[in-house]
Amino acid sequence: MFRIVRKEALQPAVTLYEIEAPLIAKKAQPGQFIILRVDENGERIPITIHDYDIEKGTVTIIVQTIGATTAKLAMLNQGDCLQDFVGPLGKATETEGRKKVAVVGGGVGCAIAYPVLKKFHDDGAEVHAIIGFRSKELLILEEEFRAASDVLVVCTDDGSYGRKGLVTEALKELIDAGNKYDEVFAIGPMVMMKFVSKTTEPYGIPTTVSMSPIMIDGTGMCGGCRLSVGGETKFACVDGPDFDGHKVDWNIAVKRNQMYSEFEKHKYEETCNLLKKEAQ
Amino acid sequence: MPNMSLAKNPMPSQDPQVRNKNFDEVALGYTKEQAIDEAQRCLNCKNPFCMKGCPVMVHIPEFIAQIAAGNFEEAYQIIAKTSALPAVCGRVCPQESQCEKYCVRGIKGEPVGIGRLERFVADWHNDNNKELPEKPESNGHKVAVVGSGPAGLTCAGDLARLGYEVTVFEALHLAGGVLVYGIPEFRLPKAIVQKEVEGLKALGVTIATDTVIGRTITIDELQDEYGFEAVFIGSGAGLPMFMDIPGINYRGVYSANEFLTRINLMKAYLPESDTPIQRPRTVAVVGGGNVAMDAARCAKRLGAEVYIVYRRGMEELPARKEEVEHAEEEGIIFKTLHNPVEIFADENDDVNRVRCIRMELGEPDASGRRRPIEIPGSEFDIDVDCVIMALGTSPNPLIKDTTKGLEFNRKGCIVVNEDGLTSREGVYAGGDAVTGAATVILAMGAGKTAAKAIDEAIRARA
Repeated sequence: MFRIVRKEALQPAVTLYEIEAPLIAKKAQPGQFIILRVDENGERIPITIHDYDIEKGTVTIIVQTIGATTAKLAMLNQGDCLQDFVGPLGKATETEGRKKVAVVGGGVGCAIAYPVLKKFHDDGAEVHAIIGFRSKELLILEEEFRAASDVLVVCTDDGSYGRKGLVTEALKELIDAGNKYDEVFAIGPMVMMKFVSKTTEPYGIPTTVSMSPIMIDGTGMCGGCRLSVGGETKFACVDGPDFDGHKVDWNIAVKRNQMYSEFEKHKYEETCNLLKKEAQ
Repeated sequence: MPNMSLAKNPMPSQDPQVRNKNFDEVALGYTKEQAIDEAQRCLNCKNPFCMKGCPVMVHIPEFIAQIAAGNFEEAYQIIAKTSALPAVCGRVCPQESQCEKYCVRGIKGEPVGIGRLERFVADWHNDNNKELPEKPESNGHKVAVVGSGPAGLTCAGDLARLGYEVTVFEALHLAGGVLVYGIPEFRLPKAIVQKEVEGLKALGVTIATDTVIGRTITIDELQDEYGFEAVFIGSGAGLPMFMDIPGINYRGVYSANEFLTRINLMKAYLPESDTPIQRPRTVAVVGGGNVAMDAARCAKRLGAEVYIVYRRGMEELPARKEEVEHAEEEGIIFKTLHNPVEIFADENDDVNRVRCIRMELGEPDASGRRRPIEIPGSEFDIDVDCVIMALGTSPNPLIKDTTKGLEFNRKGCIVVNEDGLTSREGVYAGGDAVTGAATVILAMGAGKTAAKAIDEAIRARA
């Protein structure tokens, strides 16, 4: 079983889980993901790996409570076990040979941006980080980012912390200020990754995005996670999750990801009601 | 005196108009009386042609003679000597193109219902004999099996019975492979697969779910670090194919694999499941094989009107005749000699139409089947909100991409010799991973062959 050895609330709705999974810890690399299932009736959801510790045999994920499954996950405590935890899946992010990069993280995507950023940093690149959140209440990992980057810009949509505005504006300013990036790496909500890609395209800066579409098995079996990239159909689980942001067909990707939003909303309400009842 | 009736005892089944609204098993199975009556149709031929049609060489006349005598447990033990999964095979084997094809009773009239009898015997055993097999004494040798589908389970079972310490690695959270994610509950109840898996565990087989070979552990590590003396790869053919037509990525276009996995493995049709599935109004299933029939019949059970769109004619449908008949009875509409050319969607990218073109059959192609040719200008649209692609699958590239020295053909299938041995020492393979998508029983046969070869190789070394 996959025991939760540490659970830590980073923000009211954002939680870190350190999970006992020695085989995965041994193999994990930045950019890869796991699939988990909370209980017997649970759905399989992909979550990108935040950190791993080979010695302790643990894998750490950071999850924002947004739906039924993440709400159920949030009800588990330290010492409880997850039904399933499988990985590491997908290809690792390529970080070698870069001299100067910008890493853009959005919301809980920063949990994933961080290990990639740290890898760039450890591999000797000059790293500029731009991390964005809706508001101060969702801010995570600021100190970690600061320690591993040469420039850090924190943005909030509502101006409650850092600079007010979007990560794309901050990125554009850094580019216009004469920073020559070998690569821009973006992880966050699909819409954010889309606009980061649109921002860098006129400058011709290679831009990699980490896609997290709907998937079931994570091994290439269902094809639910397929994307149109440069006119070709690709499976995010085995061909990705990293893709060239300038080649992704964003309109299809964004819409496919919302395919079950009605069901998810309904299930979330149902789960919340159930959890409330149980709590009473 | 044999029963000289020309017709098989019909299989009792749920009424089509009832069963197309539930996921319970369609075929209900013979009663004792029906089984004995059917068994008496067997002539107990001295030279049993039927056995030549069976990839695992079940001693068919012998087990049928025991049924005729009312000795059902004895009948079971005869089948169990050569087949690891009788309750599964009795349900999903294409008997009409195997054992029953060669039955002499089929020359004049219908062949003996061998599959139905096998199923009867296996179910009788499962209902009346709850004892699990005993774990044989270990011979101290470790073998790894990759994939818990029919090939892997068979190989694991055969080796465990010989005393090997077998670990089966499964990527998904449940053992059974295509038997649990692909074949629907109404054709193969999952409790039956579970029972077979429990039997293997009783023999001492360890089932390691949630373990992706090629990711969590590599083949090399299984051999070098984990100390497995042999590895059998039965990872199947799980990678779905999509048509290269406009609109293939709209919402509501599924691979049959995804649609079936959501329903069968994730139980998305049950309210307690957290896994979503579209509840379509009208569905076009593209393809004509067993998987297409399964997807169509599942969609029907979710309440949809369902079309099968297939580019050749009814005669050419690759699905088993029984599956086609069941689908027709349940109200599936066959649009044969049709092929999709484009999928359309509304402003939300939700599928709303599929454009099809009519086809006619030309000269036979390399496969021996008549080649379908488009009839120019015959396009027309069908209003659908869901399209399911059931065009076949190819082997998963995960092992290919992470294992050096393993030879593959250009279709991505593992190359093996007649013993199932690959180009790498100690690594065997079988089932769909070697043949491309085929049948449960062929995969079982391959698992059996490899188990025998693995045993011989390890004993030769010891």
